[in-house]
Amino acid sequence: MTSPTPSLNITGNAIEVRKLTVDYGARRILSNIDLDIPSGKVSVIMGGSGTGKSTLLRCILGLKLPTSGSIHMLGTDITTATTAQLYQLRKQTGVAFQGGALFSSMSVAENIQLALREHTNLDESTIQIMTRIKLDMVDMLHAEHLMPSELSGGMTKRAALARAIIMDPKLLFFDEPSAGLDPSTSAELDELILLLRDSLKMTIVVVTHELESAFKIADQISIMGKGIILATGTPEEIRASADPEVQGLLHRKPRETVVDTEAHLKALVGETS
Amino acid sequence: MIKALEKLGTEVLDGLEMAGRTCNLLLLTLWQMLQPPYRFYPIVRQMYFIGARSISLIIISGVTIGMVLGLQFYYILARFGSVNLLGQGVALGVIRELGPVMTALMVVGRAGSAITAELGIMRTTSQIDALECMAISPGKFMVGPKVIAGILSVPLLTHIFDFVALFGGYFVGVVMFSVPEGSYMNGMVDAVQWVDVRLGLVKSLIFGLLVTLICCAQGYYMHLTKAGSQGAEGVSFVTTNAVVLSSIAVLFSDFLIGALLP
Amino acid sequence: MSKFNIQLATGIFVAVGILAFTYAAVNIGGASLRAAPGYTLTARFTSISGLRVGGVVEAAGVRVGTVSSIDFDPSTFDAVVHLRINEGIPVQEDAIASIRTQGIIGEKFVKLTPGGFDELLKDGGEITETESAVSLEELISKYIFSGNSSTPAAN
Repeated sequence: MTSPTPSLNITGNAIEVRKLTVDYGARRILSNIDLDIPSGKVSVIMGGSGTGKSTLLRCILGLKLPTSGSIHMLGTDITTATTAQLYQLRKQTGVAFQGGALFSSMSVAENIQLALREHTNLDESTIQIMTRIKLDMVDMLHAEHLMPSELSGGMTKRAALARAIIMDPKLLFFDEPSAGLDPSTSAELDELILLLRDSLKMTIVVVTHELESAFKIADQISIMGKGIILATGTPEEIRASADPEVQGLLHRKPRETVVDTEAHLKALVGETS
Repeated sequence: MIKALEKLGTEVLDGLEMAGRTCNLLLLTLWQMLQPPYRFYPIVRQMYFIGARSISLIIISGVTIGMVLGLQFYYILARFGSVNLLGQGVALGVIRELGPVMTALMVVGRAGSAITAELGIMRTTSQIDALECMAISPGKFMVGPKVIAGILSVPLLTHIFDFVALFGGYFVGVVMFSVPEGSYMNGMVDAVQWVDVRLGLVKSLIFGLLVTLICCAQGYYMHLTKAGSQGAEGVSFVTTNAVVLSSIAVLFSDFLIGALLP
Repeated sequence: MSKFNIQLATGIFVAVGILAFTYAAVNIGGASLRAAPGYTLTARFTSISGLRVGGVVEAAGVRVGTVSSIDFDPSTFDAVVHLRINEGIPVQEDAIASIRTQGIIGEKFVKLTPGGFDELLKDGGEITETESAVSLEELISKYIFSGNSSTPAAN
């Protein structure tokens, strides 16, 4: 996407991560991460498993305190913010977790309404209408009264997305939108993410390991290697990157097909032929 | 040998850490419960779960304990020829000791384990993180209502237990062994003082707090324990832990309260 | 499970629990929201061994009051017992308060024996005629070691 999308946010960057370092015991998970998330765009953080992308997301969400470094979200440093400031900030952000994290004791509609009921004094009919609007947006109107245990994987993700956007957040985080979904469902979710960016002017951060969907939705891609960010840029810039690790990730080769089946089976059962 | 000592040391440190976290959770929850808005329906819901749904269990165990107590006291007192003390023995035993303790242990088994499992699963499936991210404090939303419902429900259950246990004792003493009804009832009324009822009340209030708080803390802080990353197995581990720890806490604090209060 | 059912069930549970507590506290424990109507008398004993606060005050074997508090008077080395006597129970000025035991190993209680005077004690009055607790061991040892066949007098 080369033409800049008009943004309501003046600062340009919704999130600025500076020199973020996270240790878990003696293990260093993230070292000296710098990352800017532009407002009103879809930013994708991509990397294989074990590269620390989930830890980075947890830090940005304020669920984990970093060892050092700062994270400015909408102008507030969340590593030093008070609980009250943090909660104020969180009312402007929505998160769709990887497994959905729907509250299993509540129906889909109750899950979605929870934030409205806790943070606003809207009357019952308004809450119902807002719930239906968001459910319609993710095409889940028919599942309003189902319990989370009755939903399929794709429906769970869509319900989680509806819950994340109920408060019309400025910032939306989406953890692994396409993990465990069939290609057509994951394509639907990708379209939904683009729709949210264009219609609600949200800043969207997607954490994923799926190349295809990342390149489809991203305005900015950050590729993570072991605890560091290898490259950040537009999809075109990433494709043109000279970094061998980035290229390695982009052109992942399928595992070499086994030619000699019999020999391979024998090797597996431990026979030396 | 050194290995064993080292293991013991880490176990003790882990235990102390968990105790600290439990206190931390209590203070955190108290603080968060004081912030508006106030919601009462979650408390009612938890009281339904911890209290109302436990009534049948409490009644069955209460009658049984009362009958057992009546039976054993009868045999012992019959040796000394003072079966007219049966009413006092059963009433004092139930109201001062067995009522609060047995009720608390029943609540641990029925509701406490469920509380830990619920919070543990919420932790592993990041539902607690989701609450945090929706700017809803989990202490207020999940832990607070459970602890308050525990403090309110356990004393009520205890007195239901007391009542049916006294009935069970009455059944064995008066109906089965034909102890004179008057001496049974009068002995009971004369021997039990307000201080005895008050002791039972204080105990059950403290047990209600301890049981729900320990069970909540075990589930809530599951990710910080060794079992944290083990998913379903971790949940079963912390649930077992919660049942063991809260039972021990009930029995030990029972002794402490008994020693401190007359 | 509808909202109404949960609230109804919880309400029933709370009501039953409070009823059970009231039964235990009032019918068995003998507590009362306001102090039972009656008046307070004091009595001095040289020994009350075993008498408890909340103990029973009996007259002719009928419960007529309770022991409301027990103090120690350091100047005379006496035990000062405050008795809460139920309303409508007359206690004469020369009535005798004695500490007795229910059965041979039972609880200690205060026994009131009526006197012959017409004057009745009022609230705050003192029963002057008292008999202290009889120690079983003392009685037995007196009987064994005195060699005296006459019954040892109590007090």
